[in-house]
Amino acid sequence: MGVTSERQDNTLIAKTEGRIDGANAREFQDALDAAIDSSERAVVLDLEDVSYISSAGLRVILLTAKSLQKQDAKFAVCSLSESIREIFEISGFDQIIAVHDSRDEAVDALNN
Amino acid sequence: MEQPYKILVVDDEPDLEPLMLQRMRRHIRSGKYTFVFAQNGIEALERLNAEDDIDMVLSDINMPRMDGLTLLEQIPKVDPNIRSVIVSAYGDMKNIRTAMNRGAFDFVTKPLDFADLQITIDRTLSHMTEWREALSSRDKLVALQNELNVASQIQQSILPTHFPSGENYEIFASMEPARNVGGDFFDVLTLEAGMVGVAIADVSDKGVPAALFMMSSRTLLKGSAIGMGEPGQVLGEVNDLLHEDNDTGMFVTILYAVYSPSSGEFSYANGGHNSPLLVHPDGSSSLLPLTGGIALGVAPEMPYQQQTVTLAPGDLAFLYTDGVTEAMNADGEEFGVERLQAVFEANRPQDPKEANEIVFEAVSEFAGETAQSDDITCLALHRKGS
Repeated sequence: MGVTSERQDNTLIAKTEGRIDGANAREFQDALDAAIDSSERAVVLDLEDVSYISSAGLRVILLTAKSLQKQDAKFAVCSLSESIREIFEISGFDQIIAVHDSRDEAVDALNN
Repeated sequence: MEQPYKILVVDDEPDLEPLMLQRMRRHIRSGKYTFVFAQNGIEALERLNAEDDIDMVLSDINMPRMDGLTLLEQIPKVDPNIRSVIVSAYGDMKNIRTAMNRGAFDFVTKPLDFADLQITIDRTLSHMTEWREALSSRDKLVALQNELNVASQIQQSILPTHFPSGENYEIFASMEPARNVGGDFFDVLTLEAGMVGVAIADVSDKGVPAALFMMSSRTLLKGSAIGMGEPGQVLGEVNDLLHEDNDTGMFVTILYAVYSPSSGEFSYANGGHNSPLLVHPDGSSSLLPLTGGIALGVAPEMPYQQQTVTLAPGDLAFLYTDGVTEAMNADGEEFGVERLQAVFEANRPQDPKEANEIVFEAVSEFAGETAQSDDITCLALHRKGS
């Protein structure tokens, strides 16, 4: 479960692919932690190539959101497929984590 | 016989003490309760500090020196596990609301109706007992953490194996655990006035910490459900309790519903869980609308709305976890809600047990050789008749 990262404006974009479930959630968490520096001010997690996310995967995203909140950094997810968006809606996570249609929209929102 | 429950009565009316002792004498003699008295908030706090075995406080609102609403704020500082009931003037909603906001468990109105007071006391004490059991089992389980298989044992041990039933309703629930211990559980509760509470839930992680979280969730849910009627309120309270000291990021999705066997009314609140299916006798079915609540334990003070539908005779409410709809076949397809609806369309189950069986069978057939990656849990509630 790899996480690639790049920078756009002042924002770190982290991206992963495939399924995030109980079997690899831990690996995903470690990779995501490694990608995000404690000095980051804004982070977008791009879920475009993620096909499935279980509750264990949501938990990793929640932990990331909480730790970024502690370091006073902004966080959003973007480019959710229809089924991933549905998971965010049913679980209610879209109420506490910003969800954007595209990477550009997320970066804009975080930098304004 | 266990120790009697000790109840502190706080009222500046001196006649209340002999009256209470007289009206409650049967329960005092049988060793069920003992009473101690204070005349105002200050005296009450002194007693609470001096005696650490007080279970419950019953307090008036208007008193000299320190009133009941101020006292309410002070009680948790002495012992957060004490439950309080407020005595208010009839219809004094302003003070009642303030009292509830300050953590009162319930209220009774003046003039005191002793029969009602006794029901309220029993309900409060049973809530408190559940609560203490929850805390102590949590402590016990922490000590067990190193044992192998403890997680799956915990999971199995909290699932009820007998279900309440009545002339006009029947309930059945079961779980097929995944090999690597998942986080599903369900519960069926007998509530006041013949009402029945049903819950289905899925904890976000696996292993011992998740099992402990599951245990807390289940017991807190039970405690809150017994104490309060409204499903939305119950989820709100459980959410706040689970969120306290939760830095693990764990959460639980819960669908909790209260069913009235006499009217067929099914009131439910959804904390981030899949929508239940309402199945009609002709095999047609529809998803009940989501109520917009977030998974529990994620963030404090979140709103939980509820909705009510009426089950017609012959209707069946079908609750399930995502282990059903997200079961995969060899081609990587998910079972999905449409296949679930098709199962009911084709089979028209006669009772809740059969409803569970046909779903388990269909999921297993669909998945074929593909390993089950998550627990599969179903709970069906059937209103009899047609």
